[in-house]
Amino acid sequence: MNDALFLHRIHFAFTVTYHYIFPQLTMGLAPLIVILKTLGLRTGNPAYNQAARFWTKVFGINFLAGVVTGIPMEFQFGTNWARFSQLTGGVIALPLAMEGVFSFFLESAFLGLFLFGEKRLSPKGHWWAAFLVFLGSWISGFFIVAADGWMQHPVAYQRLADGSFQLTSFWGVLGNPWTLIQYAHVMSGAVITGAFAMAAVGAFYLLADEHREAGRIFVRIGVIAGIAASVFQIFPSGDLHGKYMAAHQPAATAAMEALFHSTAGAPMVILGQPDVEKKTIDNPIVVNKALSFLIYGTTSAEVKGLDQFPPQDWPTNIPLLYFSYHVMAGLGTIFVAIMAAAALLLWRGVLFRARWLLWILMLALPFPYIANTAGWLTAELGRQPWLVYGLLRTEQGFSANVSAGNSLFTLLGFMGMYALLSIFLLFLLMRQIQRGPEGGGQSAPAPATLTGGEV
Amino acid sequence: MGTIWFSLVALMLAGYVVLDGFDLGAGALHLIAARTDAERRLVLEAVGPVWDGNEVWLLAAGGTLFYAFPLLYASSFSGFYLALNIVLWLLVFRALGIEFRMHLAHPLWCAFFDGAFSLASILLIVFFGAALGNVLRGVPLGPDHYFFVALWTDFRPGSNPGILDWYTVLCAVLALVAVAVHGALYLILKTEGDLNARLRTLVTRLWPALVALSGVALWATVSVRPQLLDNYRRAPVAWVVPALVAAGLAGILRFTRTGGEYRAFLSSSVYIVATLVGAAVGMYPALLPASADQANSITIGNAAAGAASLSIGLVWWGIGMAIAVGYTITVYTLFKGKVRPGSSYHQ
Repeated sequence: MNDALFLHRIHFAFTVTYHYIFPQLTMGLAPLIVILKTLGLRTGNPAYNQAARFWTKVFGINFLAGVVTGIPMEFQFGTNWARFSQLTGGVIALPLAMEGVFSFFLESAFLGLFLFGEKRLSPKGHWWAAFLVFLGSWISGFFIVAADGWMQHPVAYQRLADGSFQLTSFWGVLGNPWTLIQYAHVMSGAVITGAFAMAAVGAFYLLADEHREAGRIFVRIGVIAGIAASVFQIFPSGDLHGKYMAAHQPAATAAMEALFHSTAGAPMVILGQPDVEKKTIDNPIVVNKALSFLIYGTTSAEVKGLDQFPPQDWPTNIPLLYFSYHVMAGLGTIFVAIMAAAALLLWRGVLFRARWLLWILMLALPFPYIANTAGWLTAELGRQPWLVYGLLRTEQGFSANVSAGNSLFTLLGFMGMYALLSIFLLFLLMRQIQRGPEGGGQSAPAPATLTGGEV
Repeated sequence: MGTIWFSLVALMLAGYVVLDGFDLGAGALHLIAARTDAERRLVLEAVGPVWDGNEVWLLAAGGTLFYAFPLLYASSFSGFYLALNIVLWLLVFRALGIEFRMHLAHPLWCAFFDGAFSLASILLIVFFGAALGNVLRGVPLGPDHYFFVALWTDFRPGSNPGILDWYTVLCAVLALVAVAVHGALYLILKTEGDLNARLRTLVTRLWPALVALSGVALWATVSVRPQLLDNYRRAPVAWVVPALVAAGLAGILRFTRTGGEYRAFLSSSVYIVATLVGAAVGMYPALLPASADQANSITIGNAAAGAASLSIGLVWWGIGMAIAVGYTITVYTLFKGKVRPGSSYHQ
């Protein structure tokens, strides 16, 4: 627990997990805001613009938190993972540098116009500002996934004599099949968070009998986006991701399913607790042959178990990987069920009166965050024990010159800082929701800074 | 190729210091120069729409450094571990100060966030100044090109230096005064009336200190690291850079007195860029010198990424930065002019 490697891993895991609370909502909300603004332009109904304005404020607060928790990530490769950075910088820093020059400048330039420019710009001009912020946030997501995709599935590189990696093809890195599949999966995951958040706030307004018109818009847009993204999350993006992973990281796939022994016609475990010492699963509830079918499309195919791999190549935390994967996949399935029921009632025109389902939509708010986090844990724990899959081990990459004590010191510092940040953010978001889309709209006093304000 | 990337990273960092410098400087003066709530709101409105974009320069410079000189990025970021993490906390704290000030109307909250904004700005400038001092002084690099320095040791720039010693503290104080003047000149551009007049007085009072500190820091730098003059001896044309530093200093005072607000700000920008370029010229081709065995120094030669990586990157970096400079100019054009209560950019 006190060795430097462990603390550096926890350091990165904590800061990046906390950071990703914010981008998943901003990347998910951005296209929904563009849709609201498009509807506002098309129909001329001011309620859509009011709805867009409300979510723009929520977006602004979350965007700020994403920026301030994202800056440490850009530097943490160097501070805590120096040897990894030194060896892979010639490849992996390309998407990171490109994120800076192609996305951050775009976002920061248009964010101000998007958040405050509504009166200054024409409606079409403001639509473009919203669209460019959306584009910036999705480009940013792509470059981050490209960096991770290369660590998961290194391509288009050449190793130099000193062991460092050099880029051989720009498009090779950006067109990495792993990256493209993972990007589709990550972005629809973000849209799920955005859609559930929108639907949850709408359901709250309908249940509380406040801001009914806005509530109906939020629920309608949230449910339509939610059903599309939830289905896409499983098929094709999740399905492709699972198959590609089974082909290129078979040890990770075996560990995700806690498949200790190679099995023809392998079952899929729905519930159960893996026992790594005894190589069994306790209290298993399984679907026979389902795993073989999901990976290979036939019920009789053999799936490689962990026994096919030397133990030093097994993922380092199999139980956590197993649970992360099962939480992600289980929640993903539940999302489809919730959104399908809501979409059906919406289509029949009775959703806004179905209080039981509005309660479910409202209470579902935290679960997309849990599913997205569990998904990233699955991807990154599955990559272990490697930093660059098959090429560079995790214990070869951390900053050996930074002691465990120093790493713990800054980890505690970040924890304190982020606890404070959480309190302020929750306070601001709760107040925004309480105030509602009509309060604090265009009549608000001049906001002065990025997230706007009320004096 | 390595030299091209060295120049690009140096220019990006200089761009960062000029741009984020003025909002950091404004933060440093926030409690001193702006006295009433209305004035403090004006200061925040003057930096509000641009501070985030300015910080992007730091991020983009960090990413570019990582790509072009992986060893330098890895070694310096881990070696200056404590200072860097403190800088990151300060950046978070400062952003909260700027953004939440406007959300909470209670005077105590306003005072708290004003204090957070100002204190974090001051400490950031101090750390950035000390960082430059550390790079110029050199660090105890081992044969593997790695090091780790404590925040302070005995405050002497000897063989076991800390991040803070008398020399780097001197650099930090110079940075604080220089960036405060820069921030004041920016605020002069953006404001009118009492606040504007008070800031002008402040600049003329700080100016002699800035000149004196620049001189002392120059002397100290040359005595701590005499090799920094080698390039100037080899290529005397490089003396044009220190001449620009002096010209910038003269311009700050002259244009502040004559009311050339824009020119005064430009002079201060020239002063900052020329100071940084002057340091870079002295360093070249070293990126991070070793304080003891020169063979351990990190140089362009041993830190640059592979040649193929660098040439592929140059094309895309060039395209991206050209667009980014375009955005920056657009934002500042939209936001030009004075900020006035109730007639801000946001309306």
